[in-house]
Amino acid sequence: MPIYLPIAEISVNLFLILGMGGAVGLLSGLFGVGGGFLMTPLLIFTGIPPAVAVATGANQLVAASVSGVLAHWRRGNVDLKMGTVLLIGGVVGSGFGTWIFTILKSAGQVDLLISLSYVVFLGIIGALMLNESLRSLIRSRKGEIARKKLHQHYWIHGLPFKMRFRKSKLYISALMPLGLGFLVGILSAIMGVGGGFIMVPAMIYLLGMPTSVVIGTSLFQIIFVTANVTLLHSIATQTVDVLLALLLMSSAVVGAQFGTRLGALLRGDQLRFLLAFIVLLVCGKLAFDLVLTPEDLYSIGLMSER
Amino acid sequence: MSIFKKLTSLFLFACLLVPFRAQAEPSLVTDISSHLISVTSDFTGTDLLLFGTIEAARENNPARHGDIIIAVRGPHKDLLVRKKERVLGIWANTQAVDVERIPGFFALASNRPIEEIADQGTLERLRLGPNRLSYQSQNPGEEFDLFKEAIIRQRSQENLFITNENGVQFLGNQLFRASIHFPANVPVGNYVSEVYFFENGDLISAQTSPLFIKKFGLGRTIYDFANEYPALHGIIAIILALIAGWIASAVFRKD
Repeated sequence: MPIYLPIAEISVNLFLILGMGGAVGLLSGLFGVGGGFLMTPLLIFTGIPPAVAVATGANQLVAASVSGVLAHWRRGNVDLKMGTVLLIGGVVGSGFGTWIFTILKSAGQVDLLISLSYVVFLGIIGALMLNESLRSLIRSRKGEIARKKLHQHYWIHGLPFKMRFRKSKLYISALMPLGLGFLVGILSAIMGVGGGFIMVPAMIYLLGMPTSVVIGTSLFQIIFVTANVTLLHSIATQTVDVLLALLLMSSAVVGAQFGTRLGALLRGDQLRFLLAFIVLLVCGKLAFDLVLTPEDLYSIGLMSER
Repeated sequence: MSIFKKLTSLFLFACLLVPFRAQAEPSLVTDISSHLISVTSDFTGTDLLLFGTIEAARENNPARHGDIIIAVRGPHKDLLVRKKERVLGIWANTQAVDVERIPGFFALASNRPIEEIADQGTLERLRLGPNRLSYQSQNPGEEFDLFKEAIIRQRSQENLFITNENGVQFLGNQLFRASIHFPANVPVGNYVSEVYFFENGDLISAQTSPLFIKKFGLGRTIYDFANEYPALHGIIAIILALIAGWIASAVFRKD
C-alpha cells in the first residue's frame, strides 16, 4: 500500500516503512541503542532524501527512546545523575559538532566523511565488543566464574571533581562522563545518530558501569540529544517529515517494547555479542559500498541543496 | 516567472508562424483532461489525456492527417551533477558540474518517430526530446557531454524522461489523443504542455497550456506548516514523539 510523504516528496510502501520501524525498534529496545545507525541508512536505501532521513530518524528516535526509558525506569535501571552529567556534555558537544559539520559541508565531501566515520567507529567498537563478549561467553561456557576486580584503578580515577553515582555503583570524576558526553555529542551531530552505539560500549568499558544500568541511562540521554537534533533540523532545513516519523514511531515503539522484554531474557555478554555482530555487519556493508564500483558514477543533486 | 517567460516566447513563436500560412487559420484546438494534478497522501502517479482536433484546411487532402508532437515539461531547476572516481581505493566525488534549468519531468509523445516528422534543426529549436533540451553550464569542463548523458540516463531510469513514438493516436483525420503518464515520483510545480502540428516537415501550428502539480490534503497542510512555522513544527514533532513513546509504554505495561 503506497503512501505519499509530504516533506520527502515521494511515495513509499506503507508496510515497508512499518516493518523497518518495527525491526529497528526491536533492536533499540534490546540493546539500548537508538538504532539511528541502522534507521538512517535504511531510509536512504528506500529512496528517501538523506537530509530527510537524518532529521526524521532523529524525530522517531525520540519516541523510541521515551518508550524504552519508561520500561527501564520501572525496573530501576536508569541512573538519572549519570544521565544528566552525560547530557550536559552531550548538548555542548552536539553544538560543537554542528559547527564542524557546517564547515565540512561547505568544503564538500561531507557524504564520504560521514561514511568513513561510520566505518571507523563501527569497526573499532564492533571489534572491541566482539572480542570482549566472545571471551566472556567462552568463560561462562567453561563454567568459570568471570572474576572481576571490584576496583580497577586507571589514571581516570585520579581526576578531580569526584562524584558518587549510586545507581552505577561508581565514585569517579565528573569530568569523565562530561567528556564522554561531549565526544559522543560531536559524533552524533556529524553522523546524524543518537550516539547510543558509541555511548553504550563507552559506558561499559570506559566508565565501568553495570550493563543493566547502561541501557536505560543511555536511552535517557538519547531522548534529549535527538529532540535537540529534531528541532535544529526543523528550523534550519525543514526536513523533518512528521508523517514518516509517525509511521516509524508507531511501529518502532511497539518493537522497542518487545526488544526490552527480550533483552531481559538474555545475559549481558550475549547481548553484547549480538550487538557487536550487528555493528560489524553495518560497518562491513558501508565499507563494501565505499570500495565497490558504483552502479552509476554520476549523482544528480539540486544546486539549491549544495 | 520562468513559466510566463516560456509561455510568452512560445506564444510569440506561434504568432510568427501564422503569417506564413495565412490560409491555415487557427488550425489546432487542444485540451487536457485536467490542468491540475493533486498530490494527496495516496498519490501513486496518474495519467492525463491530451486531445485535440486539426481543423479546416484538411479538406484539400483527406488522406493525410499530418503529424502531432506533444511535449509536457516542468518544473525547471538548476542541477549539480557529481562524478565519482576511485581515490586510494575508495569511490569519492571528485568532479561537480552545474547544469542550468533542467526540467524535473519531460514527456514526449508523437504519432511516429519524431526524426521522421521534422528536421533536426526544428527539433533542436523546439527542444523536443531529452537529448535536445538546453544543457548549459557556468563551467562545463571537458567531459560535459558525459554529465549530460548521466542526467538523461538517470531521469529516464526513474521514468521522469519519457519518449513514446506511438503515444499519439489519430481517430480519423482530425481527432487525436495522447495519454501521458506521471509517475509517483513526479516533482510538484508548474508544467507546460505543448502540442505541435506538422505537415510535410513544416510546423503549421503550435499550442501551449499550463499544467500544475500541487500537494493537497493533509500532506499540503503539513508541508505548508513545516515551511511557515519551522520552530513550532519542530516542537510539535518532538511532543508527538514524546506522546507516542509514552502511549506505547503505557499500553505495553504488564504489571
